[in-house]
Amino acid sequence: MNVEINKQPVEVDASLVSLGQLLKAEGLDGHGRAVAVDGSVVRRDSWSETPLHEGMKITVIRAVCGG
Amino acid sequence: MDNSRQPAAAMDDSRYSRQLMLSEIGPKGQERLARARVAVIGVGGLGSAAALYLAGAGVGTLVLADPDEVSLSNLQRQVLYSEADTGLPKTSCAARRLSSLNSQVQLICFPQGLTAENGRQLLAGCDLVVDCTDSYGARYLIDDLCASMSIPWVYGSISEFSGQLALLGGQKKLRYSDIFPEREELCSLPRRTQGVLGAVPGVIGAMQAAVAVSYLASGYSSLDGSLFSIDLLSFESSTIDF
Repeated sequence: MNVEINKQPVEVDASLVSLGQLLKAEGLDGHGRAVAVDGSVVRRDSWSETPLHEGMKITVIRAVCGG
Repeated sequence: MDNSRQPAAAMDDSRYSRQLMLSEIGPKGQERLARARVAVIGVGGLGSAAALYLAGAGVGTLVLADPDEVSLSNLQRQVLYSEADTGLPKTSCAARRLSSLNSQVQLICFPQGLTAENGRQLLAGCDLVVDCTDSYGARYLIDDLCASMSIPWVYGSISEFSGQLALLGGQKKLRYSDIFPEREELCSLPRRTQGVLGAVPGVIGAMQAAVAVSYLASGYSSLDGSLFSIDLLSFESSTIDF
């Protein structure tokens, strides 16, 4: 399966079925991450229940604190 | 032409002419801006750009809060200041520069910065807060104060080549803690000095001013309840709706 993370193509291993598993595999599940699928936020407590699908567009915005 | 020799009234007619032409602002929006009181929390990189555009737009009162003094390493991106300001408090230098840009703006300085102790006094009567701070702790403090005082605020933050902003506490009542709920973990991260491209806080701070001015003038922002992010190296941007 192929998805996009921050507009970059990512080929998903067949063993990964949820958004939470994919984010963990990609090292994107740390603190301070706002995650959206197709532009709408998916809160952390729903990551494991969100199934992956072909062409899914995932956005990950990392918290930063500079000013 | 030397505008300083013109009568004040003649200057008034032309000062805001380019934004009075905008249907989203117009005379009514300009009146709302003139009556508005806006707190700029932090007058560093973000705050320099944001405060200049807010003063230029004719926001009636600007409350400036920052505990720091100007240093030479600030001048690469903090465009409010000059070499002569090094070693001086940022709020008084900022007020002097902003007053020279627009003498109609009332400027109130809090050189101790925003704290849990002075927060309610500092933000009392404010119509909007512009977050230009440089720590997670300060942002969660603004989040708490603005939620309890029902004040909308424009969040902005930067790192290296990237920046992000959102309108929080607006009609959609989105909070910073809704976007990044891990308060304890983020606030306990060690502080470290990061590199930053000088133009990045300029871009994000100017965008914060754009959100602030349009929201104050019209009561609406399409960024209400959304988080916008941009990278000024790849020029990729994204918006997340909450």
